[in-house]
Amino acid sequence: MSSSSLSLEEVRRIAALARLRLAPEEEERFAGQLSAILAHVEQLKELDVSGVEPMTHALAAGEVPALREDAVLPGLSPEEALAAAPAREGTAFKVPRIIE
Amino acid sequence: MAVADFQTVIGLEVHAQLLTRTKIFCGCSTAFGGEPNTHVCPVCLGLPGVLPSLNRRVVEMAVRTGLALGCAVRPKSVWARKNYFYPDLPKGYQISQYELPICEGGEVPLTLDGVERTVRLVRIHMEEDAGKNVHDVSADGSSGVDLNRAGVPLLEIVSQPDLRSADEAVEYLKSLRAIVMALGVNDGNMQEGSLRCDANVSVMRRGASEYGTRCEIKNMNSFRFLRQAIEYEVRRQVELVESGGRVEQETRLFDPDRGETRSMRSKEEAHDYRYFPEPDLPPVIVEPALVERLRAELPELPRARAARYQSALGLSAYDAGNLVADAAVAGFFDAALAAYGEGAEAAKKVANWLTGEVARLANETGEAAASWKLTPQKLAAVLRLVDAGTIGGPGAKQVVEEVFRTGAEPEAVVKAKGLAQVSDAGALEAAVDKILAANPAEVEKHRSGKKDLTGFFVGQVMKETKGKANPAVVNALLRKKLGA
Amino acid sequence: MTAPTQDLVRLGLREAGDAVGARRVSSRALVDAALARIEATDAKVGAFLAVTPERARAAADAADARAAAGARRSPIDGVPLALKDIFLTKGVPTTAGSRILEGYLPPYDATVVERLEAAGAVVVGKLNMDEFAMGSSNENSAYKPCHNPWDLSRTPGGSSGGSAAAVAARQVPGALGTDTGGSIREPAAFCGVVGVKPTYGRVSRYGVIAFASSLDQVGPLARSVGDAAVLLRTVAGHDPRDMTSSTRPVDDYLATLEGGAKGLRVGVPREWLEGGGVDPGVAGAVRSALDAYERLGARLVEISLPHSKYGIGAYYLIAPAEASSNLARYDGVRFGLRAKDARGLKEMYSESRERGFGPEPKRRIMLGTYALSAGYYDAYYLRAQKVRTLIRRDFDAAFERCDVIAGPVTPSVAFRLGERTDDPLKMYLADIFTITCNLAALPGLSVPCGLEAGSGLPVGLQLLGRPFDEATLFRAARALERELPALPAPPGV
Repeated sequence: MSSSSLSLEEVRRIAALARLRLAPEEEERFAGQLSAILAHVEQLKELDVSGVEPMTHALAAGEVPALREDAVLPGLSPEEALAAAPAREGTAFKVPRIIE
Repeated sequence: MAVADFQTVIGLEVHAQLLTRTKIFCGCSTAFGGEPNTHVCPVCLGLPGVLPSLNRRVVEMAVRTGLALGCAVRPKSVWARKNYFYPDLPKGYQISQYELPICEGGEVPLTLDGVERTVRLVRIHMEEDAGKNVHDVSADGSSGVDLNRAGVPLLEIVSQPDLRSADEAVEYLKSLRAIVMALGVNDGNMQEGSLRCDANVSVMRRGASEYGTRCEIKNMNSFRFLRQAIEYEVRRQVELVESGGRVEQETRLFDPDRGETRSMRSKEEAHDYRYFPEPDLPPVIVEPALVERLRAELPELPRARAARYQSALGLSAYDAGNLVADAAVAGFFDAALAAYGEGAEAAKKVANWLTGEVARLANETGEAAASWKLTPQKLAAVLRLVDAGTIGGPGAKQVVEEVFRTGAEPEAVVKAKGLAQVSDAGALEAAVDKILAANPAEVEKHRSGKKDLTGFFVGQVMKETKGKANPAVVNALLRKKLGA
Repeated sequence: MTAPTQDLVRLGLREAGDAVGARRVSSRALVDAALARIEATDAKVGAFLAVTPERARAAADAADARAAAGARRSPIDGVPLALKDIFLTKGVPTTAGSRILEGYLPPYDATVVERLEAAGAVVVGKLNMDEFAMGSSNENSAYKPCHNPWDLSRTPGGSSGGSAAAVAARQVPGALGTDTGGSIREPAAFCGVVGVKPTYGRVSRYGVIAFASSLDQVGPLARSVGDAAVLLRTVAGHDPRDMTSSTRPVDDYLATLEGGAKGLRVGVPREWLEGGGVDPGVAGAVRSALDAYERLGARLVEISLPHSKYGIGAYYLIAPAEASSNLARYDGVRFGLRAKDARGLKEMYSESRERGFGPEPKRRIMLGTYALSAGYYDAYYLRAQKVRTLIRRDFDAAFERCDVIAGPVTPSVAFRLGERTDDPLKMYLADIFTITCNLAALPGLSVPCGLEAGSGLPVGLQLLGRPFDEATLFRAARALERELPALPAPPGV
């Protein structure tokens, strides 16, 4: 196996970070599939990228976008805002108890 | 005591809400209060498909702040996503700046025990605020989420770990607060959370070369709590180290009721924010012309203003410092002085009223200088009434209080409350005679040389006239009648 | 004003618009014909996730009233269209092909939807797609598979599979899709229609459910090059709500459409046809298209794109990384599926997301979360973004020597449903020719260039252009379209 293969433990750590509950068989399957993909991605390491600027934005070079003026625009009413909420209390979104 | 064997090391991260009309990435109002979710739109709700659109004022205010603090302003800075899940964070990430913030370096001046120094800054960056979780919204113990605050623009101002005591940290925050208020970028309101601060606190044995492990303290919404929290945390860490324990790096919450910091359990899970450049926002370009315009528009900063008050107006360092702590108060002072008179004596009088009686009233009512009913012109009018002998000190105090509470015209207050001084010798003579007649023993003592009884007589006359007698006239009458 | 349904549904976008404008056909008749065609064929094709007949008929009547009053809004006023279900439509279900958004009614319209409606186009429904646009076969739709109208046992491609299938099956004359790594061009090629991925920033992404923000772009699918050009021009242009949208003016594509290919320098990447794993039938059709260009007076120029082989690797780091973050908002708090029985907050998150997301989004969220996580960022995400720069530089150099680049869209024609579902990597590798266009933020187009000998399935020719030079792509594609025999109607429907 290549150095990029993913252990089950790592799969679980990532799933927790991504807030995804995975069934045990999914953990197994993802470990294998993600390892295969990462092994393919290893080929990027062949390239010498020293001194290369990352292309973090795809916008055309030299275009400086106009910024929004600081003026209030109409928004949503609380009813519109909450229309799709799975649960609400008054005009707040309701969630299970948050413990700090 | 053990604490003395240790050096405290503190760095502060200050979050300042910017005084924009709208949120950082959408056109929703930043107004406070109201029912939950009344200032929201698809963007700040983090609905599917939305994109951020950057508020121009946010960039201008960030640059303005950076210039005032001597930072290097980056011509091109980059937005980043900070990824974590929390109900008050609608998109599951906060748009912030990470590797390339808008401002770097710079410093904040402070004065402690008469010694001036500067505290270095690491950086200033722009970011969006989160919403608010409301606890126990219903009988089943559920929480609620209000996104009115989500997307309000913040500046995060990060200091180097240059602070060495709780006092210094407090002075740093006071100085920074005065500056952002003077710049008009923040309202300085710590109670409502528009200026917030986290402290990174560690202790090291004196003479050691490496910093100790630091803890991040949150939830200190006043200068007093900041001091308490740091002092508590320092004691806790020193005791821990002294007893052979180790300080764990963690986030701790200050509990103002107990005056303690405690570990935040929910934050125990290791953070991995997976920062990466925000693809929905192009880099922020700050053109040199903008920098020059904003530099030219910088107002006088608190430290320069205080120096000017001392050198040009002869105010004490203490009075000057008090006035400039709130740019609105300093502005009031300037206007009142202009309306009243010139020179050191006039300045001293105006300053005394502002840092004394007026400050007391402002404190009591919690009203910000911008919304006082007492105007600079009205304060000047009160001072002129005193100068003219129309009212005395106690009367003036009553007038100021009434004007502060109602906004009435000082002259009208004097009239309505009958506060005018009696300066007519003829009118006061009867009262003086009455007091002298009622106190023959004291008169005798005075005649035989106990001259300090003059004050006693003056006091009695004032009492007799319900404070309205002009003390100078009373004194003159007494001198005449007692032959002194 | 009446014509048989089968005639009306055959009309292209411009033909239909012209007919409404000349009052030969009513918008209502066009819309009714489209709805009838959908009704008759979609049980087999599966292109639509939602059809909105009442709204469409009302909009058609309004368009007819405008036509009668001489107040048409645009040349496509009154023409029926459909939208990939990734575009937010106010009050109309929008799912992105995912269970997590089942029944979701957005409170606002995407900018492109506003623009279509401002032009008077009539939206008749929302189209099937791979969940969150992740996939190349439409098999990742959480709702139902979509079938290729040329052969119902085959996929229409993806992720805009429903868009391509609906246009090919003559359910609508045009549709909008999105393309992150080939999601318009690949299904267009598989279904024998024209599909365009414009330059990044040409079309607003506001109101388009995000997959990978630095790669996603909205584009048209239609049955002719000119129709696609009209549709793109209708929706393109700066949007202040999308700061990544360009302020450059939108070219008048139709003005140069018929300019021909004479003197055009057509770049042919050495790496793409030789040893690229392209099926012989596909290579043959592409080769004959290149021959056609030579006949038309174009000059073929051999070019090299040495870094394009790293495209898949870079793409499958960047796209999942951005997706892992974009999909964090599906948390069951403000909208969408929530696991109601979850005990605590954390459980609510992870159980809602477990139930709401299908395997492909989960796989990409996992991959992307890993690529961004502490200790891996530099090795994966940052390196991939640097490789992206190298890929863009390849193109910049190539466009010094040519005006467009031509090659295959896919290594094969439409494959069978189920054929590749077990091996995600194999599915990903088929994106080899389309992905670099997104990475380099260039415009790309797929135009039919014949049928594969044997299978009789359509093959697409891919044309790539300089940034914001969609006009040249349309002109080049139109020259080929005129030169080659028109494709027959797909036999599956």
